[in-house]
Amino acid sequence: MIVAALRRVGAVALFLVRILAQCPAALAKPRAIVHQIHNCGARSLIIIMLSGLFVGMVLGLQGYDLLQRFGSESALGVAAALGLLKELGPVVTALLFAGRAGTALASEIGLMRATDQLTAMEMMAVDPVRHVIAPRLLGGIVALPLLVAIFDVIGLFGAQLVGVGMMGVDAGAFWSQMQAAVELRDVAEGLTKSLCFGVACSLVAVYEGFHAEPTAEGVGLATTRTVVVSSVLTLLIDYLLTAAFLAR
Amino acid sequence: MSDSSSTVDAASSPVVAVRDVQFSLAGRPVFQGLDVQARRGAITAIMGPSGTGKTTLLRLITGQIEPAAGSVTVFGESLATQDRDARYAMRRRMGMLFQNGALLTDLTVFENVAFPVRAHARLPESVLRQLVLTKLQAVGLRGAADLMPAQLSGGMARRVALARAIVMDPELLIYDEPFVGLDPISMGVIVRLIGRIHRALGITTIVVSHDVAELAALADHSYLLSGGKVVAAGTPAELAASAQPAVRQFMAGEADGPVAFHYPADDYRAQLLGGRR
Ligand SMILES: Nc1ncnc2c1ncn2[C@@H]1O[C@H](COP(=O)(O)OP(=O)(O)O)[C@@H](O)[C@H]1O
Ligand SMILES: [Mg+2]
Repeated sequence: MIVAALRRVGAVALFLVRILAQCPAALAKPRAIVHQIHNCGARSLIIIMLSGLFVGMVLGLQGYDLLQRFGSESALGVAAALGLLKELGPVVTALLFAGRAGTALASEIGLMRATDQLTAMEMMAVDPVRHVIAPRLLGGIVALPLLVAIFDVIGLFGAQLVGVGMMGVDAGAFWSQMQAAVELRDVAEGLTKSLCFGVACSLVAVYEGFHAEPTAEGVGLATTRTVVVSSVLTLLIDYLLTAAFLAR
Repeated sequence: MSDSSSTVDAASSPVVAVRDVQFSLAGRPVFQGLDVQARRGAITAIMGPSGTGKTTLLRLITGQIEPAAGSVTVFGESLATQDRDARYAMRRRMGMLFQNGALLTDLTVFENVAFPVRAHARLPESVLRQLVLTKLQAVGLRGAADLMPAQLSGGMARRVALARAIVMDPELLIYDEPFVGLDPISMGVIVRLIGRIHRALGITTIVVSHDVAELAALADHSYLLSGGKVVAAGTPAELAASAQPAVRQFMAGEADGPVAFHYPADDYRAQLLGGRR
């Protein structure tokens, strides 16, 4: 069990090295990468925006309820901003990304495997890792932080909507306290997390798709595994990074 | 027959030589001492019932998998000592037609055929266009250039894949089950295309199939595989005249014979009467 897990981690790491070796060649064709950013970014945009709004509104309610017990409702802006920037933005976006873009990636690549498209490329002396995998991995790594940024902005809007609009928190206090209290390192923490989640979720998706059994069940299994593995991995990395940032 | 010394005459040496190959998949032996050769300029047919390892043999020849023992030589070069660059260089000299076409689903017909050219040669767009349209014209699908693979019928997809396989002017063209799942008209079209392309390009062709009649019209030399070995080899006429029971069964399509109709099972009566599942 543990040996099998370690072997898997090793296999994924080797696959990453193989992709990285092809990244310079893939970067020489930026259009393919832009296409992939659009592919997984646009696919996830609607659910990211909707979820961002709801998460922000919930933050507004819960934050208000918590803070008004200490008579410090005016700190709602700070609480919402820190919660979104450092934690909820990256994590929720990554989980949604795994469910939407990650599964799409895994099944797309798995289907290419099952229909011999990847083998056909090999037979045309074209490396599928360079042509198919590398642009998708790079696209995912760029897309996730962008989606996180959108999630954060809409989440703040949602928190403001509830906190200021419904609960009557002073708009000036909401924004000015946020501006005063949020530091660059909070943003850096969120950005670091987004990048790491982007690498993890995209890598898991392309790995599972590329190594799928070339059958219908194989593709289905790869898709399911993508969601499970990337979600757990996201939360694990989140804990490690949070601890690392607090220890600094 | 050539030996492995470097003094072989290139013109008479086989383009593909598989010698005494052993290979297992998931612990089950697929080949036990397989010997197959493809002569330069000839059409070699490889026949055999489904599941005998015909596709596996093609994967060995194209260097996708390695034999456990024995040797595979293509274009006079042993695959065992090839590095990745040499393998890719070898593959650029061969074209392969997959059973289901294996067209890239997110590219148009035109871009599918242009794909290997774009990957390996820097041609001006106008020259590329001419090249691709010529090959599409050869398979009768110039008019379909702007369609997506999903819009093609099975026979059309296979012809597009054929255009893609010949766009780089290969020396060796390999077909995996080119006749499966086609209506009689498309089947006739593909049979004629294989012969025409073979003669027009003066290449070496390997066709893997279990369609005896179609192959008889095409092949210069045939192998019949069964149970991990070559059970018969010769011209289609020789195979058709063979007295060997295994060959007769396959060529005539008889249900029972050396290849049993029944999957191995316990005694039928005993199982029915014993009430066991
Ligand atoms: N990935 C695999 N793992 C285990 N067995 C396989 C695999 N692929 C094929 N086989 C088995 O190997 C044998 C040869 O398969 P194949 O070369 O596809 O046969 P053919 O092309 O002649 O129909 C079959 O019995 C098949 O079940
Ligand atoms: Mg087959």
